[in-house]
Formats: sequence, C-alpha cells, structure tokens
Amino acid sequence: MTQDILELKGIASQVRRDIVRMVHGCQSGHPGGSLGCTDYLVALYFSIMKHDPSFNMEGAGEDLFFLSNGHISPVFYSVLSRSGYFDKAELAEFRKINSRVQGHPTTHEGLPGIRIASGSLGQGLSVGIGAALSKKLNGDDRLVFTLHGDGELQEGQIWEAAMFAPHNRVDNLIATVDVNGQQIDGPTKVVLSLGDLRAKFEAFGWEVMEMQGNDMTLVVEGLQKAISLSGKGKPVMILMQTEMGAGVDFMMGSHKWHGVAPNDAQLQQALDQLPETLGDY
Amino acid sequence: MTKYTYTEKKDTRSGFGAGLLEAGKRNPKVVALCADLVGSLKMQDFINAFPERFVQVGIAEANMIGIAAGMTIGGQIPFTGTFANFSTGRVYDQIRQSVAYSDKNVKICASHAGLTLGEDGATHQILEDLGMMKMLPGMTVINPCDYNQTKAATIAIAEHHGPVYLRFGRPVVPIFTPADQVFEIGKAWMVSEGTDVTIIATGHLVWEAIQACEKLEAMGISAEVINIHTIKPLDEEAILKSVSKTRCVVTAEEHNRLGGLGDSVAQVLVKNLPVPQEYVAVNDSFGESGTPEQLMEKYKLNAPAIVAAAQKAIQRKG
Repeated sequence: MTQDILELKGIASQVRRDIVRMVHGCQSGHPGGSLGCTDYLVALYFSIMKHDPSFNMEGAGEDLFFLSNGHISPVFYSVLSRSGYFDKAELAEFRKINSRVQGHPTTHEGLPGIRIASGSLGQGLSVGIGAALSKKLNGDDRLVFTLHGDGELQEGQIWEAAMFAPHNRVDNLIATVDVNGQQIDGPTKVVLSLGDLRAKFEAFGWEVMEMQGNDMTLVVEGLQKAISLSGKGKPVMILMQTEMGAGVDFMMGSHKWHGVAPNDAQLQQALDQLPETLGDY
Repeated sequence: MTKYTYTEKKDTRSGFGAGLLEAGKRNPKVVALCADLVGSLKMQDFINAFPERFVQVGIAEANMIGIAAGMTIGGQIPFTGTFANFSTGRVYDQIRQSVAYSDKNVKICASHAGLTLGEDGATHQILEDLGMMKMLPGMTVINPCDYNQTKAATIAIAEHHGPVYLRFGRPVVPIFTPADQVFEIGKAWMVSEGTDVTIIATGHLVWEAIQACEKLEAMGISAEVINIHTIKPLDEEAILKSVSKTRCVVTAEEHNRLGGLGDSVAQVLVKNLPVPQEYVAVNDSFGESGTPEQLMEKYKLNAPAIVAAAQKAIQRKG
C-alpha cells in the first residue's frame, strides 16, 4: 500500500470519528450513510478534485462537488473542515442553534464549501448538470461530481435528469450513487426495488461503471477511471457499493442506523474502533 | 384623472420574449431554459440570436429548475420558461430548496397565468402562484400590466441579483405603458391621481382599473389608480400615502383572493392605517373553460366589478 493511500485511510478514520461524535453531540443526525460514504468523500477532497478551500461560489477553474442526499451532512462537513474550508471546532456546533453547520447543508448560513442546499431528495443531479453546462459555456474544463443515495433514485426528478444529461452530451459530469441497499423504512429491495441500475442508466446513454466504495485503494482507482471515461460525449455514472455504517461494526449492515444517534457507551465503542490520526475537534 | 388610450393590443408574453432578447444582447451571461413551450413563451428570437445559450429540457419542469440553479454556479443568469402552473405549483419544492433557500440568481418566468388562459380550463389556470411565490423568503414577485411593462420588467430582472418570479398572461391586452418608462423593481406606478378611493391593481387588471376610473369619474367619484407591478417587495409607502388621502381601497388581481395582492395590501393597512378594503379577485374557486372575456365577466375580474367594489368601499367609509 502506498504512503498516499495510508494517509487517506488515516484521514478517513478521523472523519469517521468526527461523524459519530457530531451525531452524538446533538443526539440527532445520520451516521449510517455518512460512514458508508466516508472513503469516497475523503478520496475526492484529498486526492482527486482540484479545489480551493479559500472558496468562492462560482468555483471557476475548480472541480465542483454537489451532495444530493443532504442528510449525510456529517461526512460532508467533516471533510470540508479538514480540507481547510472552515475550522474543525465548528463541527461541535452541528445541528445546534445559531450554527452554520445546519442539519442539512445550506448556502443560507454562508458556510464555505456549500454551493447548494440539499435535504429534500432528488434535486442534486439536475443541479450538477446545470453547473456542468455552465462550465462548458465558460470554457472551463474542470469536472462536476455529484453523490446520491440509492433510495433517492426513487424520486422522479432523478430520471428527468438521467434522460437529459446523455441527450445533451454532458460529459464533464461524474455522478455517483451510493448503493448501500438501505433506506429509512428498510432495505431498498423491500421498500421499492430499484431494479437493474446499470441497465437503466446505460439505456439512457450513460457510461456506467461499478466501484467498491469502502476500500480506499479501489475508491481512488475507481475515481481515476471515472475521470478517464469523462470528456467522451457521455456523462459518467459510478454505482458504488458501500456498507451503511462502514467502520463501526455495530452500525453496519442495517438500516437501523440511518438516522439514529449513539448513546455515550455506543460512542465510546465506536471510537475504540477508529484510530485518531489528526486530533478530534 | 390622467387619460390613457392605446393604439395597439399585444400579449404580455411577447413583451417577455422581446425583453429576453434584449437582456441577452446586453449581458452574455443571460441564458434561457424552456420545458417544451418555446412558442408559447415567445423564446424563439432569443434562441435564433443565442442558440448556445438556450437549453431545451423537455417536459421536465423539476429538472429545469434544478439545472437553472446549477447554471448560476459559474455565473450564468438563467431565465426558465413554462406555464405559470408548471412554473410554481409543480416545482414548488425545487424552487424552495434549490433556488430560494440557496439564494440562486434564477428568473422563473411564467406565462398563461390565471383565468385568461381560457379554454384549457382549470388544470392550467393557476390562481395561487403569487401567494406561493411571495411566501418564499428572498423571492421577488413581479406581475406587469402590458407588453411594454413586461418587456421592461424582463430587462430589469436580468440586472437584479437574486431569485425572481415574473408572471404574465396569454391574451392580447391594450398597450398603455410608455415604451420608455423605466421599470423600477419594488416601486409602484401612480397611474392616475384621485381623492375618493384608491384602486390598487396588478397585471392586466390595471387596464380594467383605468376603465373603472373613467366610469367612476362620470359618476362624480374621483379614484386614484396605482399599478403594483411588484407584489414583493411591496411599495408600502405608495400605498399608505394614497390611502391616507382616500381612506378606502379596492385591490384587483387575477388571482385567488387568498394570498395574493389583496392580502399583501391588507397586511400593510391593518398594521398602519385600517380602512375599508374590497377585493376584486377570484373567490377561492378553481376556474373553468371559456373565452378570456367570458371568464373575466363570470368571475367578476373586470371594470364593472371594480366600479361596484369602489362604490362599496366608499359606502363603508361611512
């Protein structure tokens, strides 16, 4: 394993510590999906994207990321703060009154790194397409990344956007679906089956690839592959297999930790499994 | 009273089309999006002039709002176009989260608003859009009265930073606004001065208010007519200045009486200067098929209805 991957894994462990501590701190929030998407977001912000933590809304000349499933805000906030967008001490204010780190991400409180509000599901793919079109108009050759939950694909707007992007050759867009198979009321296949996602997106005209989302080496390689597939006339879709709650054994494999906070003993149990590498907030 | 005449009738949506083309000429960041209604929204001239700055999204209004919000990131100034019903009610949540709450510089341009859409009937005749849009924090809400004012408003909102809802209609209506009149967002237009009653109108009912004003004058009643083209932010100063003189009000709008211009005016009055107010508006019902003229008559949204309301308001002054 290269030094880079070891370093990214260390950051991911710290981000996971942040997530469980944030959700514990306010006794509210969504740890399961956040933990599952940690490796992806760490790879994106610490290895893959060209981005500037001094932050301006337009992000000219930068790669942009949009979180569509806004409830996994803990992982987003942790990664943003630890990449230098704002002081990590602010993570302690998560979901508390008078805070910029709202329950779901918003531009309204002026937190650096957030370019769109999300929380009401299904809107982020359209927004990502818009940002990608804007980059093309501006002659800006950087990329737009979006992340979606698999349950979120039950929203109809996703399929409006899925139809639009290939038709209009939006090939500077790399969308990722976190396929953890869980949603609030139970497994996706029980609540509302998504069917063959690869076949569905391919039928619309997407370039589709699959990726294991909880192995840092594979995530970095997968994202590099996705970038190599971009710019060829098609939008790129990554179907990313993750485990909800990844990194915390008692949270893994069940929808029960979608939106539940750990108690004091559970927090300690989680932290005992996650080495501290960069210092807690 | 000030006399108004007209030599030409034109649809307000054509004013939007002309304004969009002009806004596009003035600023290369202006882009247009449409959900399969290019002809209805009169967007073809813009498309001919700037094909690379036009996005056809198909019949997918939610996606259109999201794409527009995304295009602001990068500095574009998106104008979305579809019928008022599909511009608001169908995509309220998309506007709420991705545009208003996110404070994105999107111009939501809505044609075929209200009953005067006509024969298509109630499914297409939204009468709640002003209310929905004005309830969104940070949203500017504009409802111009004729071709010239719609054109001027379209140019003005391109220069205004922030989310805007621009509402216009389908039928042809008299052009009485001077072509060179400057459109100032949030600033009411004093159409005609009077002393006995204030008629506050918006959209094409401003012309009906002018007709009502003439009829009232013939009856010996002096009416003041104010065009509130900007529902939000509301020009409270102009309203209070007029009402402090006339001591009674008629509001006129092609909208449900709940949640529209009338309610905005009532809030100002109840806080500052409680006086009798009469509503000329749709009385909390859906519309139906018919010609615009038939519907205006049946739902009492015309000059005779404004005259009757003015008489009632004056009577209530006691």
